[in-house]
Amino acid sequence: MVDERPNPDQLLDKINKEAEKQKRGRLKIFFGACAGVGKTFAMLSSARIMQQEGIDAIVGIVETHGRSGTQAQLIGLDILPLKKLAYRDRELTEFDLDAALARKPALVLVDELAHSNVEGSRHPKRWQDVEELLAAGINVYTTLNVQHIESLNDVVGQITGVRVSETIPDKVFDMADEVTLVDLPADELLQRLQDGKVYQAQQAERAGKSFFRKGNLIALREMALRRTADRVDSQMREYRSDSAISPVWQAKDRLLVCVGTGPEAERLVRVAARLAHSLKSDWLAVYVETPKLQRLSNAARDHILKTLKLAETLGAETATLSGTAVASVVLGYARSRNVSKIVVGKSTRSMLARLILAGVIDDLTNQATDIDLHVVSREKVLAEKSSDALDIANQNSMHIAHDTEGFKFKGYYLAAAACVATSLLAAMILPYFELANVVMLFLLGVILISSKFGRGPGIFSSVISVASFDFFFVQPRFSFSVADTQYLLTFAVMFVVALVISNLTSNLRYQAMIAMQREKRSRTLYDLGKSLASALTSAHIIEISVHHLTGIFQSKIAILLPNSQEKVTYQTANHLIDKNSSDIDLDLGIAQWVYDHQQQAGFGTDTLPSAPILYIPLQAPMRTRGVLAILPNNIMDANFSKTKRTLFLPEQRQLLDTFASQIAIAIERVHYVDVARDALVSMESERLRNSVLSAISHDLNTPLTTIVATADLLKQQLSIERRESKQQEKEQQESVQAGKKHTRKHDDKRHEYVEMLYEQSIRMKNLVVNLLDMARLQSGKVKLNKQWQMLEEVVGTALRTMKQSLIKHHIVVDLTNTHSTTFSGELPLIEFDAVLIDRVLCNLLDNAAKYAPEGSKITISARTQQQDMLVSVSDEGLGIPENLENQMFDKFTRGEKESAKAGVGLGLSICKAIIEAHGGKIWASNKSSPVETGAIFTFSLPLGTPPNLPTDELLS
Amino acid sequence: MSNHLANIVLIEDEQQIRRFVTAALENESFQVFTAETGKQGLIEIATRKPDVVILDLGLPDIDGLEVIRDIRTWSNIPVIVLSARTYETEKVAALDAGADDFLSKPFGTPELLARVRAQLRRRTMLNETGSEGIHEFGDIRIDLPKRLVSKAGQLVHLTPIEFRLFTELVKNAGRVVTQRQLLKEVWGPSYIENEHYLRIYMSHLRQKLENNPTQPEHFITEIGVGFRFI
Repeated sequence: MVDERPNPDQLLDKINKEAEKQKRGRLKIFFGACAGVGKTFAMLSSARIMQQEGIDAIVGIVETHGRSGTQAQLIGLDILPLKKLAYRDRELTEFDLDAALARKPALVLVDELAHSNVEGSRHPKRWQDVEELLAAGINVYTTLNVQHIESLNDVVGQITGVRVSETIPDKVFDMADEVTLVDLPADELLQRLQDGKVYQAQQAERAGKSFFRKGNLIALREMALRRTADRVDSQMREYRSDSAISPVWQAKDRLLVCVGTGPEAERLVRVAARLAHSLKSDWLAVYVETPKLQRLSNAARDHILKTLKLAETLGAETATLSGTAVASVVLGYARSRNVSKIVVGKSTRSMLARLILAGVIDDLTNQATDIDLHVVSREKVLAEKSSDALDIANQNSMHIAHDTEGFKFKGYYLAAAACVATSLLAAMILPYFELANVVMLFLLGVILISSKFGRGPGIFSSVISVASFDFFFVQPRFSFSVADTQYLLTFAVMFVVALVISNLTSNLRYQAMIAMQREKRSRTLYDLGKSLASALTSAHIIEISVHHLTGIFQSKIAILLPNSQEKVTYQTANHLIDKNSSDIDLDLGIAQWVYDHQQQAGFGTDTLPSAPILYIPLQAPMRTRGVLAILPNNIMDANFSKTKRTLFLPEQRQLLDTFASQIAIAIERVHYVDVARDALVSMESERLRNSVLSAISHDLNTPLTTIVATADLLKQQLSIERRESKQQEKEQQESVQAGKKHTRKHDDKRHEYVEMLYEQSIRMKNLVVNLLDMARLQSGKVKLNKQWQMLEEVVGTALRTMKQSLIKHHIVVDLTNTHSTTFSGELPLIEFDAVLIDRVLCNLLDNAAKYAPEGSKITISARTQQQDMLVSVSDEGLGIPENLENQMFDKFTRGEKESAKAGVGLGLSICKAIIEAHGGKIWASNKSSPVETGAIFTFSLPLGTPPNLPTDELLS
Repeated sequence: MSNHLANIVLIEDEQQIRRFVTAALENESFQVFTAETGKQGLIEIATRKPDVVILDLGLPDIDGLEVIRDIRTWSNIPVIVLSARTYETEKVAALDAGADDFLSKPFGTPELLARVRAQLRRRTMLNETGSEGIHEFGDIRIDLPKRLVSKAGQLVHLTPIEFRLFTELVKNAGRVVTQRQLLKEVWGPSYIENEHYLRIYMSHLRQKLENNPTQPEHFITEIGVGFRFI
């Protein structure tokens, strides 16, 4: 049974991509075969339609080339002013990206996607500007000709003989949301050209001859149509996989292209890109550095790097491998990456050469039993291109030779010296030994020289050794002629031995160097990792990283960390490390951009490549943690170009990226260590607070309970005694009056003391209760146990609790809600924590009882008002002193200063804390009528939506 | 005086509290047996056969709740628990486990004595009027078999649910009943979350049977814990 449902992972991936797309702006490309087909015209007219529909469309940049029809279309559209840039004392205009971003329209028209920006712009290419617009959620309309697509660039070049330098990566075209083909048959285009509708007269003349030939135009048109058809086809396929129409499942191909040194490498890469595109597969571009290639000029190596870079822009993943046997290295890598197809260029070597020594392709064919091999034919490389490369090569190779030259010449001198020494030695021993053994001596010299100085001096040494052996020792002596032909064999053997040994040694040395490099890399990584692991603060991490990286990359390093406002700052706290790093001239703007966009920028990247410093985001698993800035040392010219190249080398970049992520992870670790420590501290203090609280509440409560109860007991005992003594008094009414009087007086005093003891202990009890309540509320850990309550029930319990304090007052309860319009007659259920609201009411009642005169009226009333229930407690006291209405609810504030009345003024602040936790408000006011005085304390509680009432018999 | 009103077992680990509670109770002619730990207390209860048990919930050896559960496996002696004021959930748990009443620390002797007397009264009441099914509380009179309720001689009409709730309260008169217990008994176990039902019906009962519903004398709410009918 075949499962026809789409793979859930794929679907999810698709949904994610779509979600991302929705945030991004949409890109629509008006695509044409060549200039003059009417792309700009089509773009403008569809923008006009959008504008009529009320969409905010503006013209970012449009080249009309003086075409009247196109210019007419511009009328009525909003045009963004161009940015003026000074470039070599000329003023050039350029699309103003920042203005467009600031304006944030719904749609921007940006003509000619493949355009290269004037130096000094943020991005070198216009398509990068467009990317940023899209990322900002702005829709973009743009135009593009088929020859500007990177992978088609060379094909177009072949057909037309004209190679354009302005290209866009294929992915930009592929990622476009919509592509509209603007098509015009070749004849019509030529007609338009002749009519002067495309270019102005003299330009047309020139252009027409070379480029606008009918054959060219037809070919270009075909390519444009085919490319568009490809797109439509892939859309169709996507639609199919979407709707699960066909259960096509294809093993994903992965392509690998071997980049060589020759000028054909670029073409190879393009072919591979096209192949990968048509197969819809990932692809890798690798370069294998063999000892032979190691000896290449730097210009050639630069060329290789450039090719790899091109592959990267075409969407490949690149790698530089090293080893001696290209085929096995490539295959090993290919197998490790699950590659199914390998693309190589056709060998230049002749049939004969291949017969003698198998080439890379033959090796691959023999070894790659499980991988398809695609051999790409070579073409005649455009002359202009290669001569260009040669120029650069010449320029660059000038100073590279320098550093190795000394070493090499030394080898040659020593080879000569060794030869002379051997000859002298041989001359001395010749009388005692045979000539065959003398040869051995020369051979030894050759071996030593070639093992020490490599191939060149080795061969040189073998040549001069053969020569001097021949000259000095072979009959006839002191002449180069050879009497005995068998010595020719001796010469040949010596020569071959020198070659073999020098080859072997140089290979060995190369391997050793590679191993050393690898070891160095892993050691530096290990060192950095180890040091970072022991770092405890961010400053320490910065210090360690700067120290390590400065050494490894011979560059100035700075690490920028974000502050609390997400702005990266350069902390000069790392003054401890070498002063080199402190004078780094950072551009915080770029650093901020890098931090925000999580992309590298500056030197050697696509964004602001003219900046001298490379900025790398420090991306940790959770988020970006900062920015690493690296400024290559440019003290010496030679060094400069070397470091520059070092940064470009893919493996160095990988190393740098690895370092960056290690540093980021270290910073993140420190961050979380801090977070964890904070959490621990707050947990600890919370635990302490709680234990102190419960200890206090227990330790205070127990003696208090005892004191209160004992005072109580004493009071009772006294009243019993008094009752008894009164009875006695009745019985012995007439006898001994004076003595009785005395006792009763004494008795009254005792009663007073006990009363005092009791009152004060009750007061203290209330104080402790309030203090503990306050502490609990302030710890913020009081969880509201909210339930739907009837207010009257809580008022009832509060009155019951405060019965003793209120005994001398007249209590009026008015909960009829008569003044409300919404819930007339009855108060609705309201949600609150009954225990806490009970405390509020008790505190308010206690206050009223304290400040209102005995016998006066205390009123509790409630009503609903809009979304709140208002509950107030009013008394007939003196009211609240002016200006104190708000302070009342602060801790330790009382109406009367230093009054004899009990309470520390905690009550009201407890009320405030409780009411605010319920989302309500509490306030105090004085009665407004002139007849009455007194304070009114009111609190509000939000009404909310009461739950369903039991309907079964509510009405009965 | 060997003529004690009743025997009381006090389980409390704080010496001072033990002392004054004992003094207060003995003053009122109760005989008090004290225990410092839960285990010792259980032994005292088993041997002294007290009329009332006063139990502190925070004991050094075993949880007060365990003591209650243990007692309830073999006896119906009234149990009054002592607990700190803010520990509402602890009180509810103790009441649900079978305790009859609670006192919040700090408490006064009058409160203590009132609670003890209420429990003793409840015991005698249950023994005496269990058969007839007629109870009087102030001017409220309920005739359980005839399902009649009157106030000051006037018949009061109660809906079936009001009557069920009232009956439940009367059966537990003098005890504190938690909301949970009432909801379970009157509405059924699936209504345990609907506390507001209880509030509304309790309010109806107060309206119908109390003189001043906002300051009730019989239908008392113990905030955060439950209800008490006296």
